[in-house]
Amino acid sequence: MSALKKFTRSQLFMPVVCVVLVLLINVVYDVAQGRPFYEFFRIYLSDAAQPVLQGRLISILNRGSEVAILAIGMTLVVSASAGTDISVGSVMSLCACVCCTILAGDMAPQTTELAVPLIVGILGGLVVGCLCGAFNGFLVANLNIQPMVATLILYSAARAIGLLVNHDFIIYVRNDTFALLGGYIGPIPTPIIIAAACIAIALLVLKKTALGMYIQSVGINRKASRIAGLNSALIIFVCYLICGLCSGISGVVASSRITSADPAAIGLTFEMDAILAVAIGGNSLGGGKFNLAGSIIGAYTIQAITTTMYNLGISSAVAPVFKAVIIIIIVVVQAPPVKAYFARRRAAKALPTAKKEAASV
Amino acid sequence: MENNVVLTMRGITMTFPGVKALDNVDFTLRKGEIHALMGENGAGKSTLIKCLTGINDFEAGEIRVDGVDHPVKNRSTMDAQKIGISTVYQEVNLCPNLTVAENLFIGREPMTALRTIDRRKMVKQADELVKRLDIKVDVTQNLENYSLAIQQMIAIARAVDMDCKVLILDEPTSSLDDSEVEKLFKLMNQLKDNGVGIIFVTHFLEQVYAVCDRITVLRNGTLVGEYPIADLPRVKLVAAMMGKDFDDLAAIKPEGFTYDADAPLEISARGLSHKGTIKPFDLDIHKGEVIGLTGLLGSGRSELARSIYGADKAQTGTLKVGGKDAKIKEPIDAMHLGMGMLPDDRKAEGIIGDLSVRENIILALQAKRGMFKQLSRAKQEELADKYIEMLQIKTASRETPIKQLSGGNQQKAIIGRWLATDPDFLILDEPTRGIDVGTKTEIQKLIIKLAGEGKSVMFISSEIEEMLRTCNRMAVLRDGQKVGELDGELTQERVMAAIAGGDSK
Ligand SMILES: Nc1ncnc2c1ncn2[C@@H]1O[C@H](COP(=O)(O)OP(=O)(O)OP(=O)(O)O)[C@@H](O)[C@H]1O
Ligand SMILES: [Mg+2]
Repeated sequence: MSALKKFTRSQLFMPVVCVVLVLLINVVYDVAQGRPFYEFFRIYLSDAAQPVLQGRLISILNRGSEVAILAIGMTLVVSASAGTDISVGSVMSLCACVCCTILAGDMAPQTTELAVPLIVGILGGLVVGCLCGAFNGFLVANLNIQPMVATLILYSAARAIGLLVNHDFIIYVRNDTFALLGGYIGPIPTPIIIAAACIAIALLVLKKTALGMYIQSVGINRKASRIAGLNSALIIFVCYLICGLCSGISGVVASSRITSADPAAIGLTFEMDAILAVAIGGNSLGGGKFNLAGSIIGAYTIQAITTTMYNLGISSAVAPVFKAVIIIIIVVVQAPPVKAYFARRRAAKALPTAKKEAASV
Repeated sequence: MENNVVLTMRGITMTFPGVKALDNVDFTLRKGEIHALMGENGAGKSTLIKCLTGINDFEAGEIRVDGVDHPVKNRSTMDAQKIGISTVYQEVNLCPNLTVAENLFIGREPMTALRTIDRRKMVKQADELVKRLDIKVDVTQNLENYSLAIQQMIAIARAVDMDCKVLILDEPTSSLDDSEVEKLFKLMNQLKDNGVGIIFVTHFLEQVYAVCDRITVLRNGTLVGEYPIADLPRVKLVAAMMGKDFDDLAAIKPEGFTYDADAPLEISARGLSHKGTIKPFDLDIHKGEVIGLTGLLGSGRSELARSIYGADKAQTGTLKVGGKDAKIKEPIDAMHLGMGMLPDDRKAEGIIGDLSVRENIILALQAKRGMFKQLSRAKQEELADKYIEMLQIKTASRETPIKQLSGGNQQKAIIGRWLATDPDFLILDEPTRGIDVGTKTEIQKLIIKLAGEGKSVMFISSEIEEMLRTCNRMAVLRDGQKVGELDGELTQERVMAAIAGGDSK
C-alpha cells in the first residue's frame, strides 16, 4: 500500500481533511476580499513596547488551548469507560474559583497583590481538579454508575460550589504574575506553551508506558482485561483522575486570561466542545481504541471554526448555527455507514472483473 | 433446482483486506440431510455461512434457495430467517443482560391484543421450549447467569424453534459435554426426518461420523470436495482437510508419564470455596503434573479453577503456592505467583476484539510486568511472531485486529498470551475449543512438554478422550463439589463411572 493510500485510510485522515477544509474557507474568503491568500497563515509581531506574536493562526492555537487540554482527559475517559465526563466545564470553573480565592487571600474579592506565592494558588486549583476527577472516577469505576449520570452530579454542583468558595463574588486578581499564565512569555502566548506541554507529556506517557494499551483493553473488554491481569477499576479511575487534572489546568489558564474567577462564565459549555473534539478526532464514543492526536486536531478544529466565523463577520448570535452545520458535516462523513459506503466503493473498484463475472452468471 | 435440493451456493468468492477467505466455493444441501462442513481453522467455514446469512457481502457467486425463484442475497440474519434459514453462530450472539425467555423470542415476541409484548405467554412458551430440549434453566433469569454451554444450548433452542428448512450449526458442540451432544443429535435427527437440511460445522471428527450423511471439505478458502460419508473414512478426511497425511490419534504421552505423589507441591488448596458455584474442596497439585478436572456440565469444573486463580475470589479456605501461603484477591495476584488461566468463554473473557493479535498476545505479560515497564516494540513483535509461528495462527498480519481472525485462530492467540507469561501453573479451560485436529494434537503435546519442564497444568475439557491423552491424574466433580480423584491407569470406563457417580477412587 502506498503511503498516501495508507494515510487516506488512517483514522487521522478525516480530522485533517476537516482542518484543511476550514482553512480553505478562510483562504477563499480572504482572496475574495482582496487580501493576500496567505493572510490566514500570517504570523507577525505586534508593534507594542513588548512585541508579541499575532495572527489568526496564533489566535486559534491560543484560544483553543483549554479545549485541547480538556480533550486529552476526555479521550482517555471515553476510551476506558465508554462514557463522557460532562462535568469538565463546571470543574474548570470550580478550580478557577479555588485558585483565585487562595491567591486573593484576605483581600478578596479584589486584589492586585498575591496573598500567597502563585504556585500555591495553582496547586490549589489542580488539587481540587484531581479531587473532582477522583470523585467521578470512584462513582464510575467502583460503584459502576453510568458515566453520564455520575458526572452529572459535578456538572450541576461544581459551579455552585465555586460560587460558595467565592462567597458569591467574582474574585479579581489583577496581578501581572498571575496574568502571565493567560498572557505571554516573551512573544509567545503562555496558553499555547501550557497546552503544548500537556500534549507532549500525554503523548510521552502513552508512548513510554503501557497505559494506552491498558486503557483501550479495559474499554474494549473489561472482563477479559481483568482475567489477563489488569485492574480494570483502577484504570478507569485513573482516567477520570487525569481528566479532572486537565480540567484544573484549563480552569487556571482560563481564569488567568481574564484575571478573575467568574463562576458563571468560566468553562461554560466547554464539556460540549471537549466531547466534540474527541468525536471529530474520529474516536468512537463507544469506547475502546482511541487516537489522542485526532482529539487534539479536533479541539483546534472547533476553535478554527469559531475564529473563521469572526473572520467572515458572522454575528455571534447566529454563529452557533453555522458551527452546528459544519460539525454535522464533519461527524456525518465519519459515521460508520458512510465510511462503509466508501469502503465498498473502493472494493468495487478494486474488483471490477469479479463483479462482471458475477453479473454474467 | 433438483427437487430434493434446498440450497445451492455456486462460485462463492469473498475477500477480506489481505485475505481471500473464499475462492470459487460450491456447496449443495439436500432436504433431510446432515451435511458436515469441514476444514482447518481459517479455512473459510464460518465465512461461507455468513455469506449465506447476509453478514458477509460476497463479491461473486450465486445462492439459490428452494422456494425462491431468484438468486438470493440476504442482507441480514433476519432476511435469511424469512426464507427459512435459521442459524446458530460460532460465537454465541445473544444478549447476556436479557432473560433467557427474552433471548429465545427476540424479534418474534408473542403479542397481546394491544400490540404489546405478552410477557406471561412468552415465559410460558420459553419454559415449554427449554423443557422439550431438556435444558435446566429458569427462563426468567438473565442469560449471563448461565454457563457458556447453557448459553449455547439456548442459542440452539432459539434456532430450532423457528420454522426453517435450512438449519446452520457452526460449532454448536464446542462447549457441550457428551450428554448434551446426545440431546442435540437426537434433535437434529428429528429435524432431518422432517426434511430439514442441516449444515453442521465441528472439529470433533467422531461427531461427524455419528450424525452426518455427507461431508464438504474446504482448505484455505477453496473447495476440496464433497463426499458421501462412507467414502471418506477418518484418515482420509484428515488428509483432505490438512492437505497431508496426519495421524491425529497417535499416542503422545511419553513413557513413565504417571502420577508421582512425591514430587514437590505447586498448589495446595484446603477448604477453598466460592458461594453458589463450588463447595469447599481440598486439592494438591504437584510440579510436573497435568491434572484434569472432569464432571458433567455445571459440575463446577471451571468454577474450581476460577476460585484458585482468583477470577471468582475464594471466600473460604487457604491456598499455598509453591509451599508458601498465598492471598489471592484478583487474577493479577495469582499471576504474580506464577499462575495463568485460559478462560473457557473466549469472546467474553478472552479476546480484546479491537486490539491487534500482537497486543492480545503480549497483554498478560505486560500486565504482569506493570505499566511502567513497557515491552519494547521490537520485543512485542518478536513474541507475537514467535507464537504466531509456534501455534500456526492464521492471520493477515500481526497487526490485524484479533476479532477478524477465525474462531480457532483467536483461541490459539489467547493460548499464546498465556504461554508468553511463562507460568509455573497454567489453568487451561477448554483450550482446544474450536481448534482443528492438527493443532489440537500440537497443543496436547505442548501441555505434556510443559509438564516435562516441571510446570503444572490444570486441564479442563468436555472431551474425555483428550484428557485421557494428556492427564496423569484427574479430579472428579459433581454438583459443585469435588467428589474424588483418579490416578494410576486412566481409562474411559473408570472416568465415566466416576462422573456418573459410582464410587470413585
Ligand atoms: N471480519 C473479518 N475481517 C478480516 N478477515 C476475516 C474476517 N472474518 C474472517 N476473516 C478471515 O477469513 C478467513 C476464514 O475465516 P473463517 O472464520 O471463515 O474460518 P473458519 O473456517 O470458520 O475457521 P475456525 O475453524 O477457526 O472457526 C480467516 O483467514 C480469517 O482471518
Ligand atoms: Mg469458524
